[in-house]
Parts: sequence; structure tokens; C-alpha cells
Amino acid sequence: MTKELGIEIEKLNVWFGEGDTHVNAVIDASFSVKKGGSFGLVGESGSGKSTVLRAITGLAPDWSGKITVLDEVLGETRTRNFYSKVQMVFQDPYASLHPRQTIDHVLSEALHLHGFSEPDNRIMKVLNDVGLSQGFRFRYPHQLSGGQRQRVAIARALVIEPEILLLDEPTSALDVSVQAEILNLLTDLQAERALTYLMVSHDLAVVGHMCSEIAVMNQGEIVELLDVEDMRALKAIHPYTQQLLDASVQRRRVD
Amino acid sequence: MTNLLEVKNLCVNFPTRNGVVEAVRNISFSLGKERLGIVGESGSGKSMTGRAILRLIKKPGILTADYIKLEGQDLLKLSEREMRGVRGHKISMVMQDPKFSLNPVMRIGDQICEAYQLHSKVSRKEAVKKTIEMLEAVLIRDPERVFKSYPHEMSGGMGQRIMIAMMLIPDPQILIADEPTSALDVTVQKEVLEIMDRLVRERGMGLIFISHDLNVVSAFCDRVLIMYAGRIVETCRADELSNAKHPYTQGLLKSLPQLERRVDRLAVLQRDEAWRTAPSVSGIVEPERA
Repeated sequence: MTKELGIEIEKLNVWFGEGDTHVNAVIDASFSVKKGGSFGLVGESGSGKSTVLRAITGLAPDWSGKITVLDEVLGETRTRNFYSKVQMVFQDPYASLHPRQTIDHVLSEALHLHGFSEPDNRIMKVLNDVGLSQGFRFRYPHQLSGGQRQRVAIARALVIEPEILLLDEPTSALDVSVQAEILNLLTDLQAERALTYLMVSHDLAVVGHMCSEIAVMNQGEIVELLDVEDMRALKAIHPYTQQLLDASVQRRRVD
Repeated sequence: MTNLLEVKNLCVNFPTRNGVVEAVRNISFSLGKERLGIVGESGSGKSMTGRAILRLIKKPGILTADYIKLEGQDLLKLSEREMRGVRGHKISMVMQDPKFSLNPVMRIGDQICEAYQLHSKVSRKEAVKKTIEMLEAVLIRDPERVFKSYPHEMSGGMGQRIMIAMMLIPDPQILIADEPTSALDVTVQKEVLEIMDRLVRERGMGLIFISHDLNVVSAFCDRVLIMYAGRIVETCRADELSNAKHPYTQGLLKSLPQLERRVDRLAVLQRDEAWRTAPSVSGIVEPERA
């Protein structure tokens, strides 16, 4: 049973600060992601959805509960082995790439850290996979558009051949036409490499397009788990989910 | 009905080392007492158009136009000093992110009072009274408390309501809203749009609503200008946006993922070089004679 799960999270609590400034960011969250599947976390800002991803990658130090990734129960610190299987793509491609390092530098550093041989071939291949020509290899981030930068961020995560990608709002900083390109790219890569996606977004349409199962978060708690068919049919049980769906649908004119 | 604003052949150019970047190229449009949406991707020139109306193009940018007429008066002929009387007083602007448009070290109430007292000669007492009224008008529950708060104590939605209150307190004729809700959550977005809509209607103002979100614009505006590479490629009634004819507009609409329908692959916009060079469509609507 557990063999088929990519990520399993049980009773995850994440908090920040101590004493007066103590804030519970995630409260008793439990869900699981099938290997090769796509799981979406939706909610408003401050609902704790990104914090779940940060807890998995070890970027939020104070947490309790049980996180199992590819049959490995995670402890206090993350091993190099963990990072060779799990990689994250951040929200803002303008902030997540080092402004003074070329694309080649960014990618070869990731390869070097994980002890890969033949960096040249791998870099050329991964650029090709994310739809960038070889001419981009020695450019700096400021010479790229937002969509191209996000492709580089995806390439950086993919170059070390992980099995799981954590996607934190991967398209919210991009135009809709570019968003379509990146979402198509993610779909293709998943089919080619049998990747497991855990995706965070505030846009229900994007999550509905990418994911088969969805967890709705509100104020740190998962209020509802539903599959994508139910979401499309707007069949939500929890009033908050219903409210979120209504707000997303009403943005379009009904008459 | 008369046109509040008429813009003819507006251009914004930025000379750079590699030649001139034409951010806005020869666009003409008018605004009546209506909600006019301007949509386009980043870099299409929609924000520059908004800023150009207020003559807020920073050097080395160059702004040219045949005229920018506000109720018949050409804004290009005004001195910088006279222009300051127009900004905020007759035309005001709400920016995208309240975090960067409010003064972080000044109490919210004082900021709004200042905006009011700058444009009308009233006592402090009266300004405070008007400010509290205005905060109530944007549906802030506890206006006295918010009056004494600092911007960092407010959420994004509250911050944007405060911005709207501040911009509307001098009673301008035109409000330019540049992506006012892009930084907000969907549920909050709806509330802020409703508040803005109500106030603009009640006061009989003209609204220029700049956004990249086609759904919001089609649901919220009366008329839409679609911009691409600094030109207006199409103009239509907002409720008919889904039947837009230009391939660029259609491409944008098709590339949106749909909540209720499953598509295997999203359509990717195929750009045509001809869109870039085609002449701009006029967005001028002649005022109807009663």
C-alpha cells in the first residue's frame, strides 16, 4: 500500500515564533499523494498552503507530525538523498534566480552538488526538455522574459532527475498566454518522466487543470479533500470551499 | 452624455542605447461616464497609457499626443504646477499593490486627511469627519480604529480599500485603477470590485480599469480596449468579449484553463508579426446627442 504513495502527510502541525508571537500556520493537516499523481493545495493567502511545502523541504524548522516521502520518514534535517528526489519550483521567477549567475552556472551548480558526471550533456538536454534553445545557456536572468525564467527554474529542479516536484504557485507571476505554455510543459514532463507533483495555487482553474485531487485549506486547516470531478461539478460540502468556487465562477459574467 | 476624457494619437517612447522603444504607439480613445477596461499582457503598454493620462511618464520617457482633453481642456498645455491640481483632484489613480503606495510611517487617517486637505480648504476637524465617513463608505467596519492604525497593520484587501477611500475623497471625475485587485485573493477581489463599482456609479465618475485578467474585465466593465505591443488591436463591449474577433483576444481567452471543463492541453497563443504593425483601432466613442 505505502509503496504507491509519493508523499504521505499525517497530522502535520507547523508553527512560527514563541510565546506571544506564536502562530500556528498549519494545523493537523493529513493527505497523501500517489506516486506519479498530481495533488493540489488551494486556499487564500495566509491559509498555510505554501508552509506545507516548506515543511516538506525543510524550510520551516518548527513542525510536528509525520511526513513520509517515497517510503522514507523525514526527521529533523533533510539528507542529500532527499533533495536528489524532491525539488521545488518557486513562485516568482524574478526572485528565485541569482541575478549574477548565468543559466549555465545555476544548472551546473545543482549538478555539481549532487555529484553528476557529464554536466555539459545534461545541461544541453534539460534546456532542450524545457523548450529553451542552446543560445540561452550563457545568458543572465535579466536577459530572459518571465516565462523563460520560469522554464529555467523548472530546468534547475529537473536537471538532477528528481521524482517529486513541489510547485509553489508556478504560474501566478506570468501572463495567461505564458501560463498556458508552462502548464503544458509541466503536463508533458510529467508524462515523460513519471513525476509526482504537489502543487500550490490560489487559482482553482489552474489546479483543476493540473491535479486530480485537491485539498482546500483555510486558516491552517484542510477543510475539505475533493477530487477534480467534484470540483468541476461545483459539488463542495464545506461552505468555505463553496464560497471559493462561487468567487472563482462569478468572475465570469453569468448573463 | 459628454466625453470626460478624449485622447488622440498618444505615444510614449523610451530612447535606449539600442534604439527607441515604443511603449505606446498612436492610440486614441475616449472615456464617458462609464467603466472602460484596458486589457493586455505585460509590456503591452496598458499601464503606460494610464500613467500618460496623468503625465506621469518619467524621464527619459517621451510623451506625445495631439491632445489629452479633460472636459475640453488640453492637459498637455498645462504647466507642471497646474498639472498637480489635476492629479488627485480631477483624475486620481489606484495602483496595484497597497503595500507600496501607502506611506509606512504615517497613520492611515492622517494620510487620507492630507489627501483631502491638499485639494480643499477645510479645517482639520472637518477633514477627520470626512475621512471617517469615507472609510465607512469603503465598508471598513471600525473606521476609528483604522484611522489610528499604520499600513502594516492592515491586510491587502483593507489596504486597497484605504487606497480607494484616499483616491475618492477629493471627489475626482475620473479614477484610473491599475491592476487594483491583482494582488488580492479571489474572495477579497470581489468585495473590493463591488465597493469600487458602487462608489464610481453613485458619484457618476468615469473609470479606467487596467488589468491583465480578461474574466474580471468582462464581468466588471462596460467597454474594453485590448492592447498588444503598444497598440489597441480591438475594442468591444465588455459583455461581448467572449465573442471577440481579433486572433490575439481569442488566443488569450483560449489559453485560460477552465474550472468546469477539462481540456487536455491548453491552447498556446501563436503570435503574428502583423499584429505588431497593424494600425491601432480607435477607441473613441462619439458622445450621444440627446
